[in-house]
Amino acid sequence: MKGKWLITVLIPLVLLIGVLGWVLKNGAGVEKDPAAPIEVLNIERIKVTKIGFELFVSNTGPKPLTISQVMVNDSVWNFNVAPQAKLERFDEGKVTISYPWVEGDPHTIKLITENGIITEGEVAAATLTPETTWSNFLNYGLIGFYVGIVPITLGLLWYPFMKRFSRKSINGILALTVGLLLFLFVGTLADGFEIGAEAPSVFQGNMVVIIAASLTFLLLIGFDQYQQRKQEKKGYSPFGLALLMATGIGLHNFGEGLAIGSSFALGEAALGTFLIIGFTLHNITEGIGIAAPLLKTTPRFRDFLLLGVIAGAPAIVGTWVGGFIFSPIWGALFLGIGAGAILQVIYVITKMLIEDHRKHNEESVSWLNLSGFAIGLLIMYFTAFFVKF
Amino acid sequence: MSEEKKVSRRDILKMGTAGAFGIAGSYYLNKMTQIPTVAQASNDSSHKKGNHSNHANMSDKTITTGYKMAERLLTEFDYGKVTKLPNGQTLREYEVVAIDKEIEIAKGIKFPGWTYNGTIPGPTFRCTEGDLLRFNFINEGSHPHSIHFHGIHPPEMDGLTSIYPGQRFTYEFEAKPYGLQIYHCHVLPLARHIHKGLYGNFIIDPKKPREPALELNMVMNGYDLDLDGENEFYTVNGYAFAFMNHPIKIKKDQLVRIYLSNLTEFDLLNSFHLHANYFTYYPTGRNDNPSQFTDTIMQCQGERGIIEVRFPYKGIYMFHAHVSEFAELGWMGFFEVE
Repeated sequence: MKGKWLITVLIPLVLLIGVLGWVLKNGAGVEKDPAAPIEVLNIERIKVTKIGFELFVSNTGPKPLTISQVMVNDSVWNFNVAPQAKLERFDEGKVTISYPWVEGDPHTIKLITENGIITEGEVAAATLTPETTWSNFLNYGLIGFYVGIVPITLGLLWYPFMKRFSRKSINGILALTVGLLLFLFVGTLADGFEIGAEAPSVFQGNMVVIIAASLTFLLLIGFDQYQQRKQEKKGYSPFGLALLMATGIGLHNFGEGLAIGSSFALGEAALGTFLIIGFTLHNITEGIGIAAPLLKTTPRFRDFLLLGVIAGAPAIVGTWVGGFIFSPIWGALFLGIGAGAILQVIYVITKMLIEDHRKHNEESVSWLNLSGFAIGLLIMYFTAFFVKF
Repeated sequence: MSEEKKVSRRDILKMGTAGAFGIAGSYYLNKMTQIPTVAQASNDSSHKKGNHSNHANMSDKTITTGYKMAERLLTEFDYGKVTKLPNGQTLREYEVVAIDKEIEIAKGIKFPGWTYNGTIPGPTFRCTEGDLLRFNFINEGSHPHSIHFHGIHPPEMDGLTSIYPGQRFTYEFEAKPYGLQIYHCHVLPLARHIHKGLYGNFIIDPKKPREPALELNMVMNGYDLDLDGENEFYTVNGYAFAFMNHPIKIKKDQLVRIYLSNLTEFDLLNSFHLHANYFTYYPTGRNDNPSQFTDTIMQCQGERGIIEVRFPYKGIYMFHAHVSEFAELGWMGFFEVE
């Protein structure tokens, strides 16, 4: 009995191995060698130093490759590759170029391999890449603090004002929150795709965003259902919901931190201050959103503090990561997780709104709710003008 | 969360204080950060320390295969197999084979070239005015090719007919007029066939020999690696920075004669500039053409001429394309006068 069962498993497996072996040995029937050498050299990060440029590169192509020449702004230049110019598959290397760059100028760097394949990297506006010193670390943390924690805390300050609202207006505010979140969801997803596209193609950055977003969404929902069944509770505790929102928004703010940190690192520092003001304005609304589910309860001060930190502090971490160790594929992963988390909050609040209105025999898409939703979207849309260029 | 615990006025005050602190902080943020927000002209002293003005951007003394090719082409002339015809005329027979070959065009960079006799540029054919020339052309490449010679000859010897892979053809004509000619493949698509490397210099010496000199052959060209219609490298004799890293040795006051031609594709013009000296330029290598006494000349695609120069002082003299971009992409060299 058991032997038969095993054989039914083995037969397709053996056949599969046979087919694969045949294809590997004889090819797919089409030409065996590619017409042109396939070489994929990735420039992951360009550091601007006092001496010149440092490029962190990796070989994500199917074959080893050798970096033979370097051109900076259409001029052949001396360079060094550590550990060596020949990179095996998935090998990483550091290309050092001594070059008298000009502050604020764009610089194009071309790496040419032995087979004449050209990989181009760009420094949009040359400026010294911030070193990982304590003072820079502190400055970056400070930027994250003012972009993340400060505006969210300021938004939470509207809590006493919102507290006077009726049940219907509270629902309106919740609808507004859904509007805000929808904007954030789409924005986070789009940022994820943008960063993901910069990652080496072998990692399929866009798929990483989609996988991270959908898995996070489903995992959070699954986790909630499990907890609710376990505690035999009906619906969400308001604080639980606010906590959920803070987490989702926190991950989104991590992405914002990444954007700010890397824009400093990439030399687009002129944007920096404006970006900070813009994000601060933009993020105040996130505080309102987080406060909305708490309106029917009486939270303590430290609850607000906790929510502000959970939603805001990731911006600090994001700024550090963006400024010092930015890598597109990690950015894509975190932004994907953020999008999934935000989507789950949208789902929960919408469900809660619908259930609440059904309980009171009202239509869930009331004029008030619709207006709230629209205002939420529009607030985000217009405040985003400060951070989009 | 306890229902009794209310948000007290004190808590609101605390929150307000946090907010005020935040606003104040935002205001002072700019002053506290050391990250510059305004682009400034670079005044970093490290730029001055690093000596970038010594033209050492591509210094490498290794004797690579590519350099050996360029050096060989500088002084090697192919006079063919010489015999006398019954009427007393000199007959020169040349073997020319079209071969697909990878050429090292800059240190470590391989270019999938189409070549005459395995080099880019091809061999420098040389003869005297009035000789009967016979070029036995064999196409061992993967594409149809031909040889189109500049000069005066019957149109059926002009190289417009494609010679297919495996086929052979003999071009036969009398050498005239004297001067510096060029030759190249004339099969369509023209730009691709020429750019791949099928070209070279073709010298017809005048019957009355020129004054003895150190004779150098230089073909200006370019390489487009990614086929975007723009060259990545510019060279003389096919190898980037060949004579910058290995200067051409010359004796003081010695007459130097350079056979210079421009076979660069994708760029309209190329040029030759000599530092710290002047030279006489004979367009198309004709003594009867109006010549120029200058330090910079320009050549259109297919244009060529002879440069004659003597160096009155010992030392290092730079020469390069006066298009700076070409110079920095490989077309730069030195004469070392001893």
